[in-house]
Amino acid sequence: MSTLTEAAPAQETAPVAVELTYREAINAALEDEMSSDPTVVLLGEDVDADGGVFKTNIGLPEKFPGRVLATPICENGFMGVALGMSITGMRPVVEIMFADFLPTAGDAIVNQLPKYRYMSGGQFAVPVTVRISSGGGGRFGTQHSATAESWYMAQPGMRIATASSPQAAYELLRAAIRNNDPVLFYEHKVLYARKGLVQRGVISDVGTARVLREGTDVTIVATLLMVEKSLAAAEALAADGISAEVIDLRWIRPLDHASVEASVRKTGRLVIAEEQWHEGGWGATLISKLAQTRIPWKASPTAVSLPHDLLIPYSPTLEDQMIPSAEKIAAAARTAVGR
Amino acid sequence: MTDTAAGTDRRVGWYHQMWTIRLFEEKVQELFMGGLIQGTTHLCQGQEAVSVGSIAAMTKGDVQTNTYRGHGEALALGMTPETGFAELMGRATGGSKGVGGSMHFIDTSLGNIGANAIVGAGLPIAVGAALAFKLQKRPFGALTFFGDGATNIGTFHEALNMAAVWKTPVVFIITNNLYGEYSPQMTTTSTVDLARRADPHGMPGIVVDGQDVDVVNATVSEALERARAGGGPSLLEMKTYRYRGHSRTDPAKYRAPGELERWKERDPITLLGAKLAAEGLLSTEEQEAIKTKVQADIDAAALRAAEAPILTLEETRQYVYAD
Repeated sequence: MSTLTEAAPAQETAPVAVELTYREAINAALEDEMSSDPTVVLLGEDVDADGGVFKTNIGLPEKFPGRVLATPICENGFMGVALGMSITGMRPVVEIMFADFLPTAGDAIVNQLPKYRYMSGGQFAVPVTVRISSGGGGRFGTQHSATAESWYMAQPGMRIATASSPQAAYELLRAAIRNNDPVLFYEHKVLYARKGLVQRGVISDVGTARVLREGTDVTIVATLLMVEKSLAAAEALAADGISAEVIDLRWIRPLDHASVEASVRKTGRLVIAEEQWHEGGWGATLISKLAQTRIPWKASPTAVSLPHDLLIPYSPTLEDQMIPSAEKIAAAARTAVGR
Repeated sequence: MTDTAAGTDRRVGWYHQMWTIRLFEEKVQELFMGGLIQGTTHLCQGQEAVSVGSIAAMTKGDVQTNTYRGHGEALALGMTPETGFAELMGRATGGSKGVGGSMHFIDTSLGNIGANAIVGAGLPIAVGAALAFKLQKRPFGALTFFGDGATNIGTFHEALNMAAVWKTPVVFIITNNLYGEYSPQMTTTSTVDLARRADPHGMPGIVVDGQDVDVVNATVSEALERARAGGGPSLLEMKTYRYRGHSRTDPAKYRAPGELERWKERDPITLLGAKLAAEGLLSTEEQEAIKTKVQADIDAAALRAAEAPILTLEETRQYVYAD
């Protein structure tokens, strides 16, 4: 693993914080990468029509004629096309409309993108970024609501990033596009309208989690929408005199268990906040990694996840019960602390 | 091919290449018995004219993807038998450093940008390469080789559709050897002439005598030139036959009695040899000398390959990530 530490090119706008929505931040990252590198192209279903389904691509077809390419509805096919482009001099960004559609590109995601370099003995780099719109809460029913961020986490050769805020979306997407390996980049549907200050020109490193709130009693680790819910939980906990440390994991592969371990060594308690089932996910993997260290636990690690053996329903009332809330995260933290 | 002498040399070269492929794979079988090669192989013996005639249509800058039955294309592109044997023996001097194996004979410097072990996976990759050429206004084209069985998988239809919609410079080449693994085409496939699957995509679909290297080369050359010139993709169905089973452990008992023998009567190497002899370009004695020379080169290449070192597992880590 290497870390992308290069400074932004000099001709770029100096980092100035501007207020952007999460979708505008994604748009800004795409615009800045397409401006700085003429080999970057965007392809996917309806990406050029009216800003794309989630309006992340507004203005790009006009600014970059011929570089925003609508594909037929055939994820496995156009993912293979992106691979072919990436090994012949281009740097494609592929948009997947809903994370639930990604398994239709299963072969490309499992057998092609992450293995293509290896099985050639290192002859290729495969700089493909896959932007994936994910997450529940949109009343989209069971086949349009997965976060799915852990589905492909066990594959060497793949990088996986998750964006929890406008700033994170901007700098992680730029890092993903610049990376010379395939990156699955997860966006969350509910976050598209969130506003935040974004420093343009900042490019994330690869593989480091970020402590968003420091605390001493309990560590909460989250991704995507669960990050802001964890921050809300920490606020509520503070009112009760409980000091929670909140970590935005950011990268699922590589998984920054060292940062989480450092935090848990301080707090002795861990709550995983994940919008996914716990089995086979990053939360379970983190707990497994920590179990192999000699951490002086003060309480057993716990996870707030999608309820076991239930699927995401359409009914708004039921969907809200399905997805972990700030209250549930806070309750798990209180239990860990013993209050 | 306006120069007659150059044309003659070229066809003698094809004759040489086809023997190289045939005897390389014969040697593979032998090395298996000695345990120097393990796992599996998918041999292309009998299909040499498809590989050699098609690859000869490529010029510098063109690329191709092929399949787990890709020794023929790789050797026709110029991979040396020693590099191939080293790959099969898992050696560091193999084309893919010994990590790829029989199903991944790849050399991007020769335009070989992929040999895929997943049926149908190479087609969209070739369309992608062709799309990159088109978008970047580079005057190149892509070939993609796949079997008759692949015409039933989704990526075949997805790739043809995308190539047709975007008019990418790609030529789809079906190596129709009549069997998808162990199953005869008629038991798995609703179309007799697979070239007809081009029709709904509005692209030319041509049935080609895959035993005649001259016909193969002329057809692929025309399709590739048309693609490079912006005329769009084509689907070419090469009617041919594989002499061996699907993979090493398959004795091919599902074949009708006499079928193999009938196809061997139109063996692609014999066919070209007869033409070259009749045209006074290569006597039978000269042909025999070529075969003897190729055999000696193959034997020596296998011996040299076996001397090469093997990477450590840790050394292969650099091939997982580029960054």
